[in-house]
Amino acid sequence: MTHTFYIAMSYAVTALVTLCLIGWVWLDGRARQRELAELEASGIRRRSSQTAGDRA
Amino acid sequence: MPESLAITKFSDLANPTRFLALAARILPFMAAITAILFAIGLYLSFTTEGDYQQGQTVRIMYVHVPAAWLSMMCYTVMAISAIGTLVWRHPLADVSHKAAAPLGAGFTLIALATGSLWGKPMWGTWWVWDARLTSVFVLFLMYLGLIALNRAMDDPSRAARVSAVLILVGFVNIPIIKFSVDWWNTLHQPASVMRMDGPTIDPEFLWPLLIMAIAFTLLFFTLHVMAMRNEIWRRRVTAQRRMAARMAGGREA
Repeated sequence: MTHTFYIAMSYAVTALVTLCLIGWVWLDGRARQRELAELEASGIRRRSSQTAGDRA
Repeated sequence: MPESLAITKFSDLANPTRFLALAARILPFMAAITAILFAIGLYLSFTTEGDYQQGQTVRIMYVHVPAAWLSMMCYTVMAISAIGTLVWRHPLADVSHKAAAPLGAGFTLIALATGSLWGKPMWGTWWVWDARLTSVFVLFLMYLGLIALNRAMDDPSRAARVSAVLILVGFVNIPIIKFSVDWWNTLHQPASVMRMDGPTIDPEFLWPLLIMAIAFTLLFFTLHVMAMRNEIWRRRVTAQRRMAARMAGGREA
């Protein structure tokens, strides 16, 4: 195998793992935001963001 | 007083809501600077000269060395966070070391894989069980163990305390990795950048290496802040679902 193969493979592995990490963090964030939005839509809010009317 | 102002600022950041606001403000800038540095670093990585001995394979160094540096820096960040968990019982410290573990595992995997791909043409072997390679492999296993431990326990604060103790015990591996090339006879070369007497590497290779190292470091911090934000959101979702279940239970009763 040529040196070019080892260099290309090194950069490919780095790109793949880096993109997997970025993709995982990005998608995880979107999923959590969606869950929070669903909870908000169903009227469940954090105690600190509730108004006096909510608590009554 | 400036000192008390600094303490106030720091404790403000300790509030997860303030942390989320700060993350939303700084993340676009961090991501943009990371992308620009990667563009410059990659351009330099492929336009600078090859080495007189290693030829073009020296280009593997521009991804291998930053990944290896990050694998150790990430663990150091986790160890500092672990102290935050055990000494100050700080919830953001729990979030910080939990969020950093998968990132550390990723960068360590890159360091191991690219090292192997560099070793084959230069040393004639994919792998040897020398002190440097073995200690980095142990670091990789430690990251995987910490991820598994965090996922195995339902109570996040209990998981954080147990993980924190393990992280601090495992920190002994970091100086072993760093100095393994000096303490033992290894196939892996000794340090050529972080040396007491200055770098021995040619400036032709030093510049792309430094820019790639800064780009990788900024990438880590960008992903770390994002992953911490995700973890805070995850805990809020869990807390709110629990609250909703309690409210539903109260109504039924």
